[in-house]
Amino acid sequence: MDRFIQLALSGIANGAIFALVALGFVLIYKSSDVINFAQGELLLIGAYLTYAMVEQFGLWWPVGVIVAVVLAALVGVLIEQLVLRPLIGEPVISVIMVTIGLSSLLRAIVGAIWGTTPRPAPQFLPTDTVTILGANVSIDRIWAFVLAITLFVILTLFFRYSREGIAMRAVADDQQAALSMGISVKKVWAVAWAIAAITAAVGGILLMSIFGGVSGTIARVGLIVFPVVILGGLDSIPGAIIGGLIIGLLQSFAGGYLPPEWGLGEVVPFIVLLLILLVRPYGLFGQRIIERV
Amino acid sequence: MTHHDSTTLPAPQMEIDHVGLSFGGVRALLSITFNIYPGTIQAIIGPNGAGKTSLLNCISGLYRPQEGQIRFEGRNIIGLPPHQIARLGIARSFQNIELFRHMTVVDNLMLGRHIHMRSGVLSGGFYWGRAQREEVEHREFVEQVIDLLEIQSIRKKMVGALSYGLQKRVELGRALAMNPRLLLLDEPMAGMNSEEKEDMARFILDINEEYGTTIVLIEHDMGVVMDISDRVAVLEFGQLIAYGTPAEVRSDPKVIDAYLGREHAIV
Repeated sequence: MDRFIQLALSGIANGAIFALVALGFVLIYKSSDVINFAQGELLLIGAYLTYAMVEQFGLWWPVGVIVAVVLAALVGVLIEQLVLRPLIGEPVISVIMVTIGLSSLLRAIVGAIWGTTPRPAPQFLPTDTVTILGANVSIDRIWAFVLAITLFVILTLFFRYSREGIAMRAVADDQQAALSMGISVKKVWAVAWAIAAITAAVGGILLMSIFGGVSGTIARVGLIVFPVVILGGLDSIPGAIIGGLIIGLLQSFAGGYLPPEWGLGEVVPFIVLLLILLVRPYGLFGQRIIERV
Repeated sequence: MTHHDSTTLPAPQMEIDHVGLSFGGVRALLSITFNIYPGTIQAIIGPNGAGKTSLLNCISGLYRPQEGQIRFEGRNIIGLPPHQIARLGIARSFQNIELFRHMTVVDNLMLGRHIHMRSGVLSGGFYWGRAQREEVEHREFVEQVIDLLEIQSIRKKMVGALSYGLQKRVELGRALAMNPRLLLLDEPMAGMNSEEKEDMARFILDINEEYGTTIVLIEHDMGVVMDISDRVAVLEFGQLIAYGTPAEVRSDPKVIDAYLGREHAIV
């Protein structure tokens, strides 16, 4: 039972981070129909920028984190303006190829600046363990969960009540109508990329703190986004959250209960991805799109 | 409502001046020239494929004509992006309903207020001071529109679940919530039964009277067009073949030829 609770809690904490990263992916997809294969590299950038601010420039860590997140948002906007804006109206497959290329490019830039060897990173989150329902759980997981949920709540309020958030929902729903309401679709895309970069950066920072180090493997979490959003539905924000939690739990249980030499923890999300594509390709909460010819 | 006499026209609100639009080798609009006068209801009619919607798209900025000018209150608006044209006070509805289907009727109408909201990300995000006062003002305006269009009973409903006729009405309401000076309606009565058409015609007249909004509409129902319009522009194969009061257009032999064939007359 202890083990179950332990696995469940760490699965939920990981799942919350996955959900955060998936949220950014869904936002970009919903507002501009771009499938962003470089989402994982946005995590990497957030983590390395924080590493640079705190370890290399010696900023007090809360300041360093804020500066890094702001810089990450700027990188997101820059990517939208320089890379994706010229591609408006190009076929979906070209846009996908460009984001795949972008992911290699970003990884190479990070490698050129910080090298490829893993570096020890500051652990901002406390690392002691607490006992919950008889299970030992390290407290940084709980912090990660709480921070991820806080960010979700803030973003939900933003979408529901702010002028920009409502404009984003309008663009996601009907671009032409949004234009005729005086909404600048280009501005909305820039905001979507900024938010995606921010959520990814926060995810990267949380992972860096949990791992106690920063390296290229952080970008691998970006791949998990695909099972998450396919499960939840590409265009559904609640789907991203629930999909993230489910994948986090599955990964944790598969890694904890099945023989470790099978290495199934890593694979299970992708088995889910295949199954979902077979059974329910639009995901749990996605929109069924019927193309009429 | 007054049918303006051709001799006593005020200064035009919009001048469509030798507008030409082509898609590759296809000429969609050929040197279209006519004026739209403030506070009037003007219809654009013509057979399918005549270029009516293309012209509306040129005005609202979705298409960029290669030739000519479209001046709104003296300023050429060709080349401006659609969202900036909307901010000048030009609202529109679409032939195939383009509503925010996953939002309620009230939320759709509130989006019409978007251009009038000044609060930025920070103050607009939370209900503080000015943002709250502003919100109340916008709600009041939207409630007026809801009353005018008689959609009180569906205000909290999801738009996607409404009947076609009601969706058309909500779309009109959303455009009206922008408090535009010029309202472009692309077939506001298409696919409606005669009762719904009557309602819609009444709303259009009410809007014109109460807000003084200039209305340009594309419509196929000749009875309605002749009834409510002050002036009518007739397009055929991308060309303006007639322009004038309903009486003038009705008796124009070119219109009779183009629109109904030689052996018919418009009644």
